[in-house]
Amino acid sequence: MTATVSAQRLAKVFVEIADTLVDEFDLIEFLQLLAGRTADLLDASPVGLLLADQHGRLEFMAASDENVKLLELFQVQNQQGPCLDAFLTGTPVVNADLQQAADRWPLFAPRAVQAGFRSVHAFPLRLRAERIGAMNVFSSRVGGRLADTDVEIVQALADVASIGLLQERAISRGERLSEQLQGALNSRIVIEQAKGAVAQSRGVSVDEAFRLIRAYCRSNNLRLGEVANAITTDLAGIPELASP
Amino acid sequence: MRVTAVGDRYARVEALISSEPAADGDTHGVSAGMHRLCSAAARALSASGTGLTVMADSGLRGVTAASDAPTERLEELQLTLGEGPCIDAYGSMRPVLVPDLADGAMTRWPVYAPAVHAEGVRAVFAFPLQVGAARLGVMDVFRSETGMLSPDELTLALTFAEIAVATLLDGHDRGGAADGWLDDPLGSRAELFQAQGMVMVQLRVSLAEAMVRMRAHAFVHDLRLYDVAADVVARRLSFDTPQP
Repeated sequence: MTATVSAQRLAKVFVEIADTLVDEFDLIEFLQLLAGRTADLLDASPVGLLLADQHGRLEFMAASDENVKLLELFQVQNQQGPCLDAFLTGTPVVNADLQQAADRWPLFAPRAVQAGFRSVHAFPLRLRAERIGAMNVFSSRVGGRLADTDVEIVQALADVASIGLLQERAISRGERLSEQLQGALNSRIVIEQAKGAVAQSRGVSVDEAFRLIRAYCRSNNLRLGEVANAITTDLAGIPELASP
Repeated sequence: MRVTAVGDRYARVEALISSEPAADGDTHGVSAGMHRLCSAAARALSASGTGLTVMADSGLRGVTAASDAPTERLEELQLTLGEGPCIDAYGSMRPVLVPDLADGAMTRWPVYAPAVHAEGVRAVFAFPLQVGAARLGVMDVFRSETGMLSPDELTLALTFAEIAVATLLDGHDRGGAADGWLDDPLGSRAELFQAQGMVMVQLRVSLAEAMVRMRAHAFVHDLRLYDVAADVVARRLSFDTPQP
């Protein structure tokens, strides 16, 4: 992760993100793309995005790699951790050595170490003056440090998340931020419910269920939010996901 | 520290509801609880009235409770006309916040907006009663003055809505049992909703019913809801086989 992100790769990512800002826009899918591309730029370090709910609790929204272990690490940060710190202070937490962080984050740090991570970074998500969440980057490498230039780049990518919210607002008649955030938080719940339904129906783990749902979305060119809603209301109507 | 703050918010709203006098000697049951919730919400949010309408995808709709008779008529009006913030909040699964009915709302709801404006309503705030794809209805807050809810009022309104969801799911007023039901700091929210999706498939019931069954199981066996959810996801507990 020490290698500085190349300008070409970065430019490609921004073009790809700009290309998604169309009418058929799904906020969670957009955040997933953003997390995935940020992870690619940082040599596949897992990246997650969290948004704050009405109580100021950080809720997981999207990640480059969505599995039970990572979800738990995002989850615990509504109590403590680099994301909560970045969110509360509005400044990035960079190059935090997890082995040395047990005092700072007694709940978070040991779990992260156990999951195989060495260092962690968190960047505030901002929408103009408002802080709305945080972007989390993990590294499993010893001394996996972000160079100063990379810090600026990752913060810029985190700022792109807010462009997604602005875009959604532009196509939905000037919706308010609080309306959007509530909607986004609720659609994340729908995705978890859909994962459970498919896991039960297919007799697979929830992680595998999520892979199946995403594959179905991709091969049918459907949006994740739509498909998750359809699963929770009429799973039998999607035989590909309903039966083994 | 922040976790305590969230708990305080629930406790505060619960206290507001329980200190509200019961109507006409009807002190127990869902309808009495809902009526008290509406009256407490109206008072706490400086509203002229607050109403709860239960809605279902099947089209079944009805006003469940309102702080007072005029507000009940306003609620019924939306259902009669088939348009209004309540209908939109249910459909979009997001809050619909209208701080000034004279500004834009007249074209958005050409029949509803002038009708409630004539009744002295100047602002309407509609909050969906939902858990992901499980949609139960909408809470409407009416005000006789224009202006947006303050951030604190918005949080308060969302907390009232969350407690209304818990009360509706329980089917009876448990007197404080709703206290932060979604806010177990040690529990995994993702797992809770995944389990809900699994139980929906196990029992072939709606998502809302699945949550009712999980909550009932937790209550009867004196378990934490989040522990029940963890057992379901780990397949240590299944609702489609006879319970020990």
